[in-house]
Amino acid sequence: MLDWQPVLLSLRVAAAALVVVFIVGTLAARFLSRRDFPGKEVVEGLLLLPLVLPPVVTGFFLLVLFGRQGPLGGPLHRVLDVQLLFTAWAAVLAAAVVSFPLMYQSAKAAFLAVDAGLEDAARTLGAGEVRVFFTVALPLAWPGLLAGVVLTFARSLGEFGATIMVAGNIPGKTTTVPLAIYALADAGELRRAGAYALLIRAISLALVVALNVWTRRRAARRLRRRR
Amino acid sequence: MLRVRARKQLLDFELALDFELGDEILVLFGPSGAGKTTTLRLIAGLDRPDDGEIVLAGRTLFSRAGRVNLPPRERRCGLVFQHLALFPHLSVLQNVRYGVRERTPEAEARLAQLLAAFGISHLAPRLPGELSGGERQRVALARALMTDPRVLLLDEPFSAVDYETREALYTELLAAHRLWRIPFLLVTHDRGEAERLGDRTLYLREGRQEGGTFR
Repeated sequence: MLDWQPVLLSLRVAAAALVVVFIVGTLAARFLSRRDFPGKEVVEGLLLLPLVLPPVVTGFFLLVLFGRQGPLGGPLHRVLDVQLLFTAWAAVLAAAVVSFPLMYQSAKAAFLAVDAGLEDAARTLGAGEVRVFFTVALPLAWPGLLAGVVLTFARSLGEFGATIMVAGNIPGKTTTVPLAIYALADAGELRRAGAYALLIRAISLALVVALNVWTRRRAARRLRRRR
Repeated sequence: MLRVRARKQLLDFELALDFELGDEILVLFGPSGAGKTTTLRLIAGLDRPDDGEIVLAGRTLFSRAGRVNLPPRERRCGLVFQHLALFPHLSVLQNVRYGVRERTPEAEARLAQLLAAFGISHLAPRLPGELSGGERQRVALARALMTDPRVLLLDEPFSAVDYETREALYTELLAAHRLWRIPFLLVTHDRGEAERLGDRTLYLREGRQEGGTFR
């Protein structure tokens, strides 16, 4: 019988990472797509770095950053008495950092595709920047943002390299599905490992197919409404 | 009353403006690339002049010397964009209502008046993508006037419609001007349109004004 614990944990970790990445990624993309400042290329480069680095390397950096003696983990431990590493939250952190570039790239492309003239029109009609964002930019960029959401969630669900560095593989606590697959395969339990692998694949496939269907239907609906 | 005295360095030349207009229709006429659209953007606050002063109905919108530069949302300038810039995801009603946040009886009366004046009441639930060119122009005009602006800036709004629709729109625009009694500044490169609509014409060539108004 399949142990559902890793599946539930994976879904929870991916959902938590998604919430963080969606908010931070969307705001960062919005801010950086409309503004120029010295060093912008470096900032963007750093945000996109997890996309090209091996996840294990990203995980290693996070391990150093958030360790008890680390520049972030130190104060976190001393001031708030929080130990992040080797908890489920570390898995969330790993998934969020590794999937962030996917959300950021999708959101940036989506915002750049919104006609700047529409935002100017809103401004001349008395809208402040917050209202422009919520009533014009966000609704028009929504399809692109949704694509980012699906990619982020699917990537978080499958995250392995950075997760094993910062969260370890503690059964019932940090063992997500990819970690379980690795451990089971390593122990020669290929049937159970295969069952998990199939499950992850089914979930990811369902998400991507749902996105594609939604996008096609939406395009068809828009075409019908236009004369 | 709108008074514009502004300079702005563009790519190939410097735009130098010095004109004022009362409750009349001033046509800004000239070839493409003469700085006509930029003029409207400077007044609306979407671009910033290098120097000068812009005063509308007694309020200073921009003054380099006085360090004033109001953001577009505080300028009370209605702007009809060349490509209209209707919000594609909002209905005609939501578009027209966008500039007014509170549903006061006064605003609702103005809404009804505008929808009727431009003959677009029956289009209220439609999306801009479902409208004809002339209908879209009317929605853009109604949306700009709905904010009760102190000046209406029009950037070649009639360039994309056929002759008959254009004639009808001219009549409606002149009627709206009689009703609103505010300065209209209309940009066009169509001489017939300039003669038909303008109380005065200001000719713009490579950023320089020629004739039509005081210097």
